[in-house]
Amino acid sequence: MELTELTITQAHEGLVKKEFSAFELCQAYLARLEKKDKEISAFLTVTKDSALSQAKKVDDMILEGREIPVLAGIPCAIKDNILVEDVRCTVASKILENYIAPYDATVVKKLKEENCLILGKTNLDEFAMGSSTENSAFGSTRNPYDLSRVPGGSSGGSAAAVAANLCLYALGSDTGGSIRQPASFCGIVGLKPTYGAVSRYGLIAFASSLDQIGPITKTVEDAKIVFEAIKGGDELDSTSVESKIANFRVPAARVQISNLRIGVPKEYFIKGMDPEVEKVIKEAIKKYEEMGAKIEEVSLSHTECALPCYYIIAPSEASANLARYDGIKYGLSESKGKDLLDVYLKSREEGFGPEVRRRIMLGTYALSAGYYEAYYLRAQKVRTLIKDDFDQAFKEVDAILTPVSPTPAFKLREKITDPLTMYLSDIFTVSVNLAGLPAISLPCGKVGKLPVGLQIIGKPFEEEKILAIGEILEKA
Amino acid sequence: MISEEEVQHIAKLARLGLTEKELGRFQKELSAILNYIEKLKEVDISGVEPTSHSIEMENVMREDEEKGKLKTKNKKLLELVPETKDGYLKVKSIL
Repeated sequence: MELTELTITQAHEGLVKKEFSAFELCQAYLARLEKKDKEISAFLTVTKDSALSQAKKVDDMILEGREIPVLAGIPCAIKDNILVEDVRCTVASKILENYIAPYDATVVKKLKEENCLILGKTNLDEFAMGSSTENSAFGSTRNPYDLSRVPGGSSGGSAAAVAANLCLYALGSDTGGSIRQPASFCGIVGLKPTYGAVSRYGLIAFASSLDQIGPITKTVEDAKIVFEAIKGGDELDSTSVESKIANFRVPAARVQISNLRIGVPKEYFIKGMDPEVEKVIKEAIKKYEEMGAKIEEVSLSHTECALPCYYIIAPSEASANLARYDGIKYGLSESKGKDLLDVYLKSREEGFGPEVRRRIMLGTYALSAGYYEAYYLRAQKVRTLIKDDFDQAFKEVDAILTPVSPTPAFKLREKITDPLTMYLSDIFTVSVNLAGLPAISLPCGKVGKLPVGLQIIGKPFEEEKILAIGEILEKA
Repeated sequence: MISEEEVQHIAKLARLGLTEKELGRFQKELSAILNYIEKLKEVDISGVEPTSHSIEMENVMREDEEKGKLKTKNKKLLELVPETKDGYLKVKSIL
């Protein structure tokens, strides 16, 4: 087997058994990256030197006979909105084009404690706002399954990199589907953890009540390994939680298919969905049934409100979060004007791309005097109703199955000119963020040559359970 | 449809410089999106409490004490500032 086709566990075993060195593994990936990424453009920055020296360090540990953590020397990629100390972090925006991260995000710190090997930083929609990675200020990433199509977004670079075997796993972030939708489009596994399960410290904020970092991997087992490594409470992110995870743990071994009650929400199978995608999803659900799971129809009656609700809450939070890019503290500074206000206006005009500006405008509008109650407060109340729907459904079922996106990967430029059409590709994923739930995207079939992802949604902090449920289908 | 003046007002609140061309485009795009969002007006929200945070949690407290290692971090942070003077951030005149 090629070195660049291994899973994390296989690569780890190969290292431990000295079948190959970490240096060889790293070189194999760098060589492939150099060749293949010319057509895919998944990476914005490649950290070749530090990756190779890290590989040597891991090899020394192995030679000394020391036990190495499972992620030691395993080549990975980090979405370019997550800080890696002393490495450029652009968030795919001109406003941070030359920003050198002054510290490590907590997830990166945790991976480094395992002696991880970072190959580089991956492309995304600017500030993670988008569903195709076309909103990057540094060019689009392409789908490895069909180079004329998008990889999805916003973690499109991470998903394409994993799918094209340019790295073994990657980190992404998910605010409204940004891990799951590209995982679905690229035929790999993506986990959006429960809100608070993973620290957001060092993640460039988009919408703070929705953002979560999670793994993008080739297999469910790999997703579990990476999630284990990055999760946990962090005093630097007061919305992260530790204790609850321990309380809510559901060991995978305890998940038995015959005891499973799986919900299928009728509101997710509606007009507008690609019939071929629907067929693939229904076949996957049927497989669970044939294996002995009990399939029940559930109702998430406010599903239709989720997208409009999201497009008030996310831009509102974004408009507040992005106020910090003022041309004064860091980032692009346009100082030709006459006074301080000019610096703000010009820096933000030059620095932010069209979608980011659109969302800042929308959020500012929703929060402005006279509109707050009609938009933001109303959306927060609808958010409660959406969450209540899930709470009700989870009284009856262990997990909920839905499609990840209504279509497979679409063509480049197909949706970029109409923001609303683009927003609709997140219609099945945003509810999960509004309710703070964990969900995975799992490859479950294809339409033509294009992969289709199944979404498995779980109760808060039951990542292990949905991963176990995913593994059942993966191995079926 | 929101007016051109409204777009200008929001851009000013957001401290976002706009070009002439953008003014018209934003007017159209924002109106379309706001129109879509109108769907929420049909939802009965009487007696519903707002959710600002999806996962129940309590306030997180810590001792108010100085943490170590600040100096090296401050140096790195200052290196990112576009314009400094004597270790301070420099800004243009306000008045």
